[in-house]
Amino acid sequence: MEISKDYAVQMRGIMKSFGDFKVLDDVNLDVKKGTIHAILGENGAGKSTLMNILYGLYTADAGEIYLNGEVADIKNPHLAINNGIGMVHQHFMLIDKFTVLQNIILGSENTNKFGVIDMKKEKKRVIEIIKEYNLKVDLSSRIRNISVGMQQRVEILKALYRGVDILILDEPTAVLTPMEIDDLIDIMRDLVKNGKTVIIITHKLKEIIRSSNECAIIRKGKLIGSVKVEDETEQSLAEKMVGRKVRLSVERTPSDFGKDVFEVNDISVRSIRGIQTVKNLSFKIRQGEIFGIAGVEGNGQKELIEAIIGIRNVESGKIKINGKEIQNTSNLNVLNNGISIIHDDRHKYGCILDFTVSENMILNKCRQKPFSKNGLLNDSVRDKFTDELIEKYDVRPKNCKNMRMASLSGGNQQKLVIGREISNNPDLLIAVQPTRGLDVGAIEYVRKTLIDLRDKGKAILLISLELDEILDVADTISVIYNGEIVGTFSNETADENKIGLLMAGGKNNEKIG
Amino acid sequence: MKKLDNILKNPLVSTVLAIILGFMVASVILLAVGYKPGQCLAVMFNAVFSRPKFIMNVIIKSSPIILTGLSVFFAFKSGLFNIGAEGQYIASTIVTTILGIILDLPPLIQVPVIVLGGVLAGALLGAAVGFLKAKFGINEVITSIMFNWIALYLCNYVSNSERFHRPESDGTFSIRDSGFTNLFYNWKFSKEGREYLKNNQFLNDAVLKTDFSLNFIIAVIMAFVVWLILYKTVKGYEFRVSGINVDAARNNGMCVERNIVYSMLIAGALSGLAGALTVTGTGSHNIHVLAIFENNGFNGMSVALIAGGTPFGCIFAGLLFSGLIYAGQSLQFKTGAPSEIVNIMIGVIVFFVALTQFMPTLVDMISKRRNKDV
Repeated sequence: MEISKDYAVQMRGIMKSFGDFKVLDDVNLDVKKGTIHAILGENGAGKSTLMNILYGLYTADAGEIYLNGEVADIKNPHLAINNGIGMVHQHFMLIDKFTVLQNIILGSENTNKFGVIDMKKEKKRVIEIIKEYNLKVDLSSRIRNISVGMQQRVEILKALYRGVDILILDEPTAVLTPMEIDDLIDIMRDLVKNGKTVIIITHKLKEIIRSSNECAIIRKGKLIGSVKVEDETEQSLAEKMVGRKVRLSVERTPSDFGKDVFEVNDISVRSIRGIQTVKNLSFKIRQGEIFGIAGVEGNGQKELIEAIIGIRNVESGKIKINGKEIQNTSNLNVLNNGISIIHDDRHKYGCILDFTVSENMILNKCRQKPFSKNGLLNDSVRDKFTDELIEKYDVRPKNCKNMRMASLSGGNQQKLVIGREISNNPDLLIAVQPTRGLDVGAIEYVRKTLIDLRDKGKAILLISLELDEILDVADTISVIYNGEIVGTFSNETADENKIGLLMAGGKNNEKIG
Repeated sequence: MKKLDNILKNPLVSTVLAIILGFMVASVILLAVGYKPGQCLAVMFNAVFSRPKFIMNVIIKSSPIILTGLSVFFAFKSGLFNIGAEGQYIASTIVTTILGIILDLPPLIQVPVIVLGGVLAGALLGAAVGFLKAKFGINEVITSIMFNWIALYLCNYVSNSERFHRPESDGTFSIRDSGFTNLFYNWKFSKEGREYLKNNQFLNDAVLKTDFSLNFIIAVIMAFVVWLILYKTVKGYEFRVSGINVDAARNNGMCVERNIVYSMLIAGALSGLAGALTVTGTGSHNIHVLAIFENNGFNGMSVALIAGGTPFGCIFAGLLFSGLIYAGQSLQFKTGAPSEIVNIMIGVIVFFVALTQFMPTLVDMISKRRNKDV
């Protein structure tokens, strides 16, 4: 394609290596002005690297960047912003204790000759931008008091305040609820209507179909192709991204439920701030059942999980596994009673990134025979066990036993964590957002593993913010809202719209299931 | 070029380079204040290597800072900053001295009892810091610093107390010689001992004229023990997990609070061992009034920093540090260079050695830039 003024961004022959590993290999990209352009690829495909080069965080080993038809040398983010490029990262760069307004103007404050910021003038400018792009947000709230979706708006406002024309959004929907995603797509459309260009990095197909005009697909550092989104379906995009046929939903056969394994009976839990976030909540899980809890983030899921796994006390009520009460004991006791958990944030709770893979595999087994005896670790047993997990769960690379956990991709880390927890042979497996941040291939694998486990007669508690995941996998679906279960459905009777309404706090008049 | 990069990334090569670089910068400083760097470096070299006695002294003086270095290292691996090694060391010297004066047991029992007493004192002080952090969330740095001063003034109190103060000195009586850990102590001052050593110039210098003791060997053994605890036991594994990621520890059946207390207890015990062995094995075998800290614990922090990722690094870092201090004293004595200059030199060298940990990153950065120029 010719270098032309009609294109906001054109990248030519971009190469980038980290050590001996080629992350980007001769990538070309053309983004038309005034469009929403998606960059699609699996984790580790190089899509974030490509955008970090455009934003000046990395320098390419070779290749050129053209903005509006003219060559640009973007050495650092400061130059990128001067060239009209802004980026909203997956993890927001906001200051918790500052107000929204303070965060927006931070770093590009206009001051008078005494070095004092004219807040009134700044506020007026910000309000103008808010009006122009329809980005409603309360300027006087502090960041820590507003939702993740709102924080994202602040990030977008920050970029607009600096006068950017091209906005890069890195995995913008990863942390959002379904409704917030809708809002974000509206915002992106408003931006484009006002002449801005939006680039989103994502591996979520549904949102690309809904939002974007064009889509560049990157696989293993190479540009596979640029496609017009209107010609594509989720299925066709997925296949181009992964490079093989994939099934987007897993096959679920009806299950035979056995006896009750796990019971939560009328528990109330207070959060760290002392607010009662779980209120008189009860449910039961049977053998061979996947019990899904759907809900928007911050409706008591965190405290519920913490209470079950014994790191937060309940105020009242009982938690029983196989008839034995475990509330208000210790995490170790819960573990020993046959409960295992796959956390949503594996880096925080599930593994130690600086340890080797093999060391990570005994995180909650280090006290058990044969992994240790008389307080001494047995490294050869550990290594053999790790090899078995790597083999069984097809972890790549095969010889990763002594590598640092951090050097594996997210999908492979998750496979190892799941493998480790399942090998505990738990009576109840708790899976919290088990596919968060994973690519299509790994998601398929994880969901299938959960269903296989269910078919073996295990009880599974699945807690997820992604309704699709719960509808796809769970046998029984409950909705949590404001610390209470507001509706329970069997998979067959579950209705997406109704559940969506309940998640948002709507009333459910007739209980089904 | 790639070969060179790999050589530079080798920790041993980069450490040696750092020491050379440190000396070079130190030379510039010496030159700037009017001393001849060549002469100064020769003095320093001779101060350490010219006589067996000097080498032995460096080794002996390295023992306590290797141990306090291990103490800081151990706590650091458990996610704790043991700035209290100094206080634990002092507390141990106090208890060892008191027990060593009061008790009168046969040497074979006396030595273990008074050393254990000192170790216990250090361990308890460490555990107290750990307990305050685990139970009330008080930052260990704050409590440690306060315990350091408590130990210092306790030391001064005991030194001046009627029961232990030796008249016309600023310290206490020496401990009974049944508590000495110096090797061949009685023999080397006996007639046949002197006779024998006279015929062997080397041993005469290294044994008779120094506090020849087992301390260094014990310090080396402790480095191995620390490695064993951290990497081969369940508790050590838990310490390291708690140290690097508290949330993961808590969510995998570990009691983080208990681990904090245990690892501070062990760290304190190591500093305690340093103090106890110093009293039983060196100098005048007593404690004395401290105007300021003697830095045996604080130097341990530098040692742990230079040591890099392994406890065995503490041995070499301790030797280097001890050598620098020893040579520095000699430099001051022989050339009249003020002690501040000597300390600046030590500081510069330590700075460069600490910098070597970033050497691999630095080499990568440079080679990347080089590739781009091509």
